[in-house]
Amino acid sequence: MAADSDGEEDFVSYGTALEPLEEDEPLKKPIPLHEQTVTDEKGRYKRFHGAFTGGFSAGYFNTVGSKEGWTPSTFKSSRQQKAEKQHARPARPEDFMDEEDFGEHGIAPTEIHRSDEFASGCRNETAEMARAVNAQASLIPGDTLLEGFIRAASSSIGVELLRRMGWKEGQGVGPRVKRKARKQTSDSSRAYGCVLPPGGSEESEDDEEFAPENVTFAPKDVTPVDFTPRLGVQGLGYRGLDPGMALLGQAVPEHVDLFRPQSESRSKLFGESSRGKRRGGVAGQAFGIGALEDDDDEEVYHKDSMSRYDTVLAEEDPGDSLFGWTAPQQYGKTKGRSRDASYLGKILEGFTLAQKPVEQKTIFPPPILPSNYRPMHRRPGVEVSRMSGISSALAEALRTSRGHMVTEDPQKGGRHQLDAGQRGALLGESTQQAGPGSVMDLLRPEDRQRLLNLRNSSNPPAAQITTPDTQSALRAAVAMASGMAAAASSGLRQQQEALAAWKGKTSTQTFRPFENIPSKQARYEQYVSRLKQGDQDALEQSLDSGMTEWERSREREEFVRASILYRPSSSSLSSRFTSAKQQEDDNQVEVSRDEEGDVDDKEAAAKMKMFGKLTRESFEWHPDKLLCKRFNVPHPYPESVMVGLPKVKRDKFSVFNFLTVSDSQQLIAPKKPPETVKKSRWDMSERKQSDPLSELLSTARNQAECKQEPNESPDAPPAVPETVSSSHNTATKKTKKKSANQESSDEEEEEEEEEEEEEEEEEEEEEEEIRPPMDLFKAIFSGSSDQDSSSSEEEGDKAEEEKKGKTDANHLNLFSIGTTSASTPTASASTASASTPTLTPASSSTLTATSQSHALQEEEFGPKLPPPSTAPYRGGITTQEETPSRKSKEKKHKKKKKHHKHKKDKKKKKEKKKHKQQKKSKTEVSDSSDEDEEKKDGEEGKISSDELLQRLKSIRSLQS
Amino acid sequence: MMAFPQPKPEAPQLPQHLHRTIDCKQGAVRAVRFNADGNYLLTCGSDKSLKLWSVKGEALLKSYSGHGYEVLDADSSYDNSQICSCSSDKTVILWDVGTGQVTRKLRGHAGKVNCVQFNEEATVILSGSIDGTVRCWDTRSRRFEPIQVLDEARDGVSSLKVVQHELLTGSVDGRVRRYDLRMGQLHVDYIGSPITCVCFSQDGQCTLSSSLDSTVRLLDKSTGEMLGEYTGHKMKGYKLDCCLSSKDTHVLSCSEDGHVYCWDLVEGSLSLKLAVGKAVVQSLSFHPTETCLLTAMEGKVQVWGPNPEETQEDV
Repeated sequence: MAADSDGEEDFVSYGTALEPLEEDEPLKKPIPLHEQTVTDEKGRYKRFHGAFTGGFSAGYFNTVGSKEGWTPSTFKSSRQQKAEKQHARPARPEDFMDEEDFGEHGIAPTEIHRSDEFASGCRNETAEMARAVNAQASLIPGDTLLEGFIRAASSSIGVELLRRMGWKEGQGVGPRVKRKARKQTSDSSRAYGCVLPPGGSEESEDDEEFAPENVTFAPKDVTPVDFTPRLGVQGLGYRGLDPGMALLGQAVPEHVDLFRPQSESRSKLFGESSRGKRRGGVAGQAFGIGALEDDDDEEVYHKDSMSRYDTVLAEEDPGDSLFGWTAPQQYGKTKGRSRDASYLGKILEGFTLAQKPVEQKTIFPPPILPSNYRPMHRRPGVEVSRMSGISSALAEALRTSRGHMVTEDPQKGGRHQLDAGQRGALLGESTQQAGPGSVMDLLRPEDRQRLLNLRNSSNPPAAQITTPDTQSALRAAVAMASGMAAAASSGLRQQQEALAAWKGKTSTQTFRPFENIPSKQARYEQYVSRLKQGDQDALEQSLDSGMTEWERSREREEFVRASILYRPSSSSLSSRFTSAKQQEDDNQVEVSRDEEGDVDDKEAAAKMKMFGKLTRESFEWHPDKLLCKRFNVPHPYPESVMVGLPKVKRDKFSVFNFLTVSDSQQLIAPKKPPETVKKSRWDMSERKQSDPLSELLSTARNQAECKQEPNESPDAPPAVPETVSSSHNTATKKTKKKSANQESSDEEEEEEEEEEEEEEEEEEEEEEEIRPPMDLFKAIFSGSSDQDSSSSEEEGDKAEEEKKGKTDANHLNLFSIGTTSASTPTASASTASASTPTLTPASSSTLTATSQSHALQEEEFGPKLPPPSTAPYRGGITTQEETPSRKSKEKKHKKKKKHHKHKKDKKKKKEKKKHKQQKKSKTEVSDSSDEDEEKKDGEEGKISSDELLQRLKSIRSLQS
Repeated sequence: MMAFPQPKPEAPQLPQHLHRTIDCKQGAVRAVRFNADGNYLLTCGSDKSLKLWSVKGEALLKSYSGHGYEVLDADSSYDNSQICSCSSDKTVILWDVGTGQVTRKLRGHAGKVNCVQFNEEATVILSGSIDGTVRCWDTRSRRFEPIQVLDEARDGVSSLKVVQHELLTGSVDGRVRRYDLRMGQLHVDYIGSPITCVCFSQDGQCTLSSSLDSTVRLLDKSTGEMLGEYTGHKMKGYKLDCCLSSKDTHVLSCSEDGHVYCWDLVEGSLSLKLAVGKAVVQSLSFHPTETCLLTAMEGKVQVWGPNPEETQEDV
């Protein structure tokens, strides 16, 4: 056995490989006989003496003995050289063997053995036998050899249990039997050479001659049967070379019959003495009979006969010692129970055998689920949608009127929208006054009292407040009462409004808000048609009387809302819109999942310079995958598919999206000091539901504003110009843009009619607030319209102010931020609509083509850019010098100017025109010309449409 | 109480001496910006041109024209090979510095574009517009659509800054938004007044924001708490810049009264009031490493340094 030295191949090769032949190698001369030498492994020459002189040279000078001759070895031991152990113990056969005998081909080849650690206690003969049987059956003899090398270090639990029960390796399992003690063959005795396996070591069970009554023996072990599948293509029962026969010289006339274990080949393997005659040679079905075979009477070719097969399924012989897999049944039948008992009793001490067999438990099958079963629990009663938009007033009304409202839903508005105080209240905890973040802590007790009083005065019905608990209860009651009243009155008003809007309209209705519920849509259409006829009770008649009160009230609300929202627009209005190119998602709007919290709170906190938790809000935000890649950062949400802030879809026409409006309208009505930032309705409703802390904050804010007011000049517009954006969450951007334009132009029309002094602005604002929502857009955009109302007339003056006035007073600049930005577009829009009445906002860009710079001016929002130069404007109007004393004059002048504005405007324009022509003639580009351009841009916005048309005409005529 | 960015250095020098004045001859200078290493400066003119100057030699190196209206902001890439600029003509332009050619003209904003910034590797251009969106443009691909549009702002975006993986935007709706790409978070700080300019501190721990209530606020980046408030200047109507000094020792802001105000960051006291001129100081930029300040007033750019130097008027 030699492994390949170069290790290219892993397999083990036997023998010595032939030298590889090389083709062009000259033929070697055969080595002459005298040069053929034999050496042993140590390189010593060996001489062959012939068969009768001892074979190879042996012994000392070819004598069999040694130099010493046959003198026996004597015992020697010294301190330096200890006597070898083998002298101390009896001689073994190995002691007298030559080295060669231990070699591969020697008579006692040394084998690889398992170390004792892995060897089981005693040799497992049955396993070996089983292996031998398998080896016999396999095509390659000895291929199961390697399996023997591997043995588990620890025995399995089954073996362990058996051992505890008294079983020993090598024994069979089962009740003990009476029989003769078998002779134990000792392991130590080994046979060398071609010695026949020891025969007759166990006598058959049959010859039981002596069996003492009280001595029992363990049963014989069972040979496990190996069920290896046949892999070859040979037929069933085919046997190639029979190694057993080759070794033992005995043919196997029968195929292995597993069912008749005492068949000859079997018994031979199991160590039973062979009774048949011995034959040499190799035999098998693949080989015929050799020429040297002297057995002529044997059939040369294998013949199968039916007699070799079992034709009857019969019981096994009762006397069979090799009970295997079928054995216990046999024992159970023939031997009594006592045997079992003794067997069992020994194993588990402390237990007695049961007299009666254990009763079988009856197992009932689980009930069969009905096909329509759904594993969900449904609460009985009215299902109130848990959308965040539900107003407290509605909830209260429901609870009082029907008693069907499910308990106050703690999930209302989302868990995260409640703050600690609200959650505490829900849990029934007393309100915590000593929070570190509470504003109350920062206030002195007298201030606190003042704030409370202030708030109470704003809520007249709220009587004396004693404890926080009663306080909140009272507040809820008040809110409920006012909310219901508000809902009722606003509902009525809205119905009236809807009626007014639809009455007499014959336009074919195209919008179908409830399309997915046909019956509802039908009812709605009925309602609309009644509206058109001017029916006062349109709503009540068209509702389904079969519905519950709750459903009806809900539908009533929805219908009114829908009819107001989608009422036929006036012709002037509708002409300005182009219809959407593609239908947006019908019934749902995308709403940002995490709504921004109360702006009022934040504003109050910012006023108090309490930046931090109160002003900070954090949202989950999903960046684009590519953006993360470009920034070299891992994507924070690897499995995310969306981008931006998480959005949720909400039902567009759900009543809850609109219910809060009525509440807030009611809240806007009471006059308040003008605030720096207009609250949106949504904010208002939120504040109503908010906790004491936020209420306090808002009152504090109000107070702060009241204080601030005197400081500001009376004509100062709100400091923060942009409120459009803060007022609506639900409106989509598209409509926002459209309607902003639209609305501003509406405003403009009003504006032109009334020439107001600046002082009148406040009045106007109030009026604006009290005014009932005439228009959907106005209802939404009322915040911004306040800004616009601060008179577009003044923009000319403002423009002048800008140019002069970097050193001017604050409010003037404020002005320019807040109002110019907002009002400039109105001017342009008005000119657009006046000159080309059919122009839609979308196409207003065509106008900008004529005056591009003008269009750019139109976009001015927010903080502006400073003017390019402080040099006095060279235009005709304002050639005033910058002197501080001038400012006051200017103001007055401005007011006066207003009355004559239109005239002046025209003058200006004419001057402009001249100016422009002059400028055109100039070729050099200088600072001043740039300024001119800017100026001109600013002024051009005010040029009337007639002027524009005239100019266009004149240009054309010039060209022609 | 709070970890301030840096301990106060021994003798912080301030750019109090006027070194030179450059007449840019491009109308009003809307913005003046140092490049990444501070050797060059960019001026954005109202005459639609963008000019590149050398700070030392005060020489005009290149003029970039291609915008359709006044240029409002510009930024140069870290390797000085590219410039991005934005304009009132609603476009963002990516320039090749050497040739002066337009590499890419990015359209998509609905209104004038107020501010523009490269990210650190100049792979993305971020632009904030009056239309309330921030658009992230890919400079690597040929796509002309932005990678992402950040439309969280409810009003015009007036200023934005990018540092590493964070994007800071200031909006007219009075909110400072910080987008953290790594964490996937958006932090919104409510200031109340329209924001005109936002900055990160050099150590990245704080944010600076100036607003139209004539206040500059230093906020802690992580919590949003206010660390300092700087007042005295006038910022009521115009979009003016503010910045931190290169060592985070001082806060500087433009003012409408023709001065640059410089406060001590820790104490909040006014340490320098630099008289630039009579008009509004439109823009300013602090040198990334040295004590050097650029201011822009009307059509001129002033260079300020810590030590007196002979001034040269009007190149």
